[in-house]
Amino acid sequence: MNDMSWIDAALSAARPHVLGALLRYFRDLDTAEEAFQEACLRALSRWPVNGPPRDPAAWLIFVGRNFTLDELRRRSKQEALPVDELLAETEDEDQPDLAERLDSSHYRDDVLRLLFICCHPDLPATQQIALALRIVSGLTVAEIARAFLVTESAMEQRITRAKRRVTDADVPFETPGAPERAERLNTVAAMIYLLFNEGYSANGGAVHVRVPLCEEAIRLARLLLSLFPGNPEIMGLTALLLLQHARTPARLDADNAIVLLEDQDRSRWNRGLIAEGLALMDKAIRHRDIGPYQMQAALASVHARAARAEDTDWAEIDRLYAILEALQPSPVVTLNRAVAVAKLKGPEAALAMIEPLADKLHGYFHFFGVKGAWLAQLGRLEEARHAFDRAIALANTAAEASHIRMHLDRLLAKVR
Amino acid sequence: MLYSILCYNVESIVGAWSREHDDAVMKAHFDIQEKLVQAGKLGPVVRLLPTTTATTVRAADKPVVIDGPFAETKEQLLGFYVVDCDTLDEVIDLAKQLSIPPGAMEIRPIRYFSQANLPATRLREDR
Repeated sequence: MNDMSWIDAALSAARPHVLGALLRYFRDLDTAEEAFQEACLRALSRWPVNGPPRDPAAWLIFVGRNFTLDELRRRSKQEALPVDELLAETEDEDQPDLAERLDSSHYRDDVLRLLFICCHPDLPATQQIALALRIVSGLTVAEIARAFLVTESAMEQRITRAKRRVTDADVPFETPGAPERAERLNTVAAMIYLLFNEGYSANGGAVHVRVPLCEEAIRLARLLLSLFPGNPEIMGLTALLLLQHARTPARLDADNAIVLLEDQDRSRWNRGLIAEGLALMDKAIRHRDIGPYQMQAALASVHARAARAEDTDWAEIDRLYAILEALQPSPVVTLNRAVAVAKLKGPEAALAMIEPLADKLHGYFHFFGVKGAWLAQLGRLEEARHAFDRAIALANTAAEASHIRMHLDRLLAKVR
Repeated sequence: MLYSILCYNVESIVGAWSREHDDAVMKAHFDIQEKLVQAGKLGPVVRLLPTTTATTVRAADKPVVIDGPFAETKEQLLGFYVVDCDTLDEVIDLAKQLSIPPGAMEIRPIRYFSQANLPATRLREDR
């Protein structure tokens, strides 16, 4: 086993904790980042020689902090900077044990502050994601740029703008209070969800650079959950990401085109992620405090539990969508429920269910996709073809269009 | 003599292992398990799911159920059950019955389990 890879994992894992603590001391993102980088460099040269420290994060905080204090003192001598105003909590620098204990008690707030800074409500979602990936996950600007299919300089600009906005907003460095915490938590969760979907929606050539975004999102979700272990919606969010990502090995064919859920080779699903997702849902349900992430995760759970597509508990899916219709009514929710109804009662009942939605969903690709499929099942081939034509016209991606074309081909084969 | 080996580590680091590193570690463990099986020395082997999946039951007249792992350091790990239950509620019920003040029982769902091949110890000494 490679000893060096342990060190990489340790540095990467310690990042949110260490950066959060350094941010608390120095109140500046760039200073904290520089301190962390310096501490990592020293770790890479010392740890292979001296062996790993018992508490890698504490070691990195200690080294990073002292390095920066030295730098600030040196600079203040040269530039007459008021050093004391830049520092906080320096009395304990000669007592590493005390410092370590203080750092542990601050851990939760330090990491939370870091997450809240990245997910500041003044920032557009794209900037929140870029900042979170750069600061909390520690991805390089080049890596983030590649994942979002933009140039490095464009991503650099996005991050700089985000940092400036955060500084302008004068983010308080005190511990976030309880009411603000609840509100900001939603923003962090939403960012993580968006980040995941950036990775999950990838297909074709972009897959190999985008799928890792799913893994970063899961890592952030797990981090958030460790800070709020009793929050059912965060359990739901984490479970949702795990259950969806579990399907990734089966979602793409040899050409990196999407394979639909009903056609996936389920033996390729990641059973460990499914087990973790289902375990989190078991815990969430006990709180009897349902919310949108838990609902989506519950739906994903039904599919995860089916050994084969034919084994899917469509009655349960119907029941869950009925709840969702009451919680967050929308034509898309009813459309999705109709898919379950089609499986349970047949295409005629499903068509009847979606007819009233025609007005609201006249621009929605999936509406015509399922309508065409159900009409075809009923032998109403001319109407089916008409629906598929509408669907192709509304397709957003090449993958969606080719999926409908496949339906059309099947249809035409029947007609002949 | 029977022993239990209780594996402790820093979860965030283990979680940050690359897939290759994780596979390599598991392979090394499996190789050791193979040898032990051949020598008739291996009992149940368990790799747990992350602590974010844990639920803790604190002993009291009315036991308290808390989300999360058992994190206190005053108490020590004294035992280790592996049970087969249909629901989390069923396990929590069991844990409440088994818990003795001033202790706590941490329930953790199991990620990987290997069937024991050792005979059970006697529950009581013969008189």
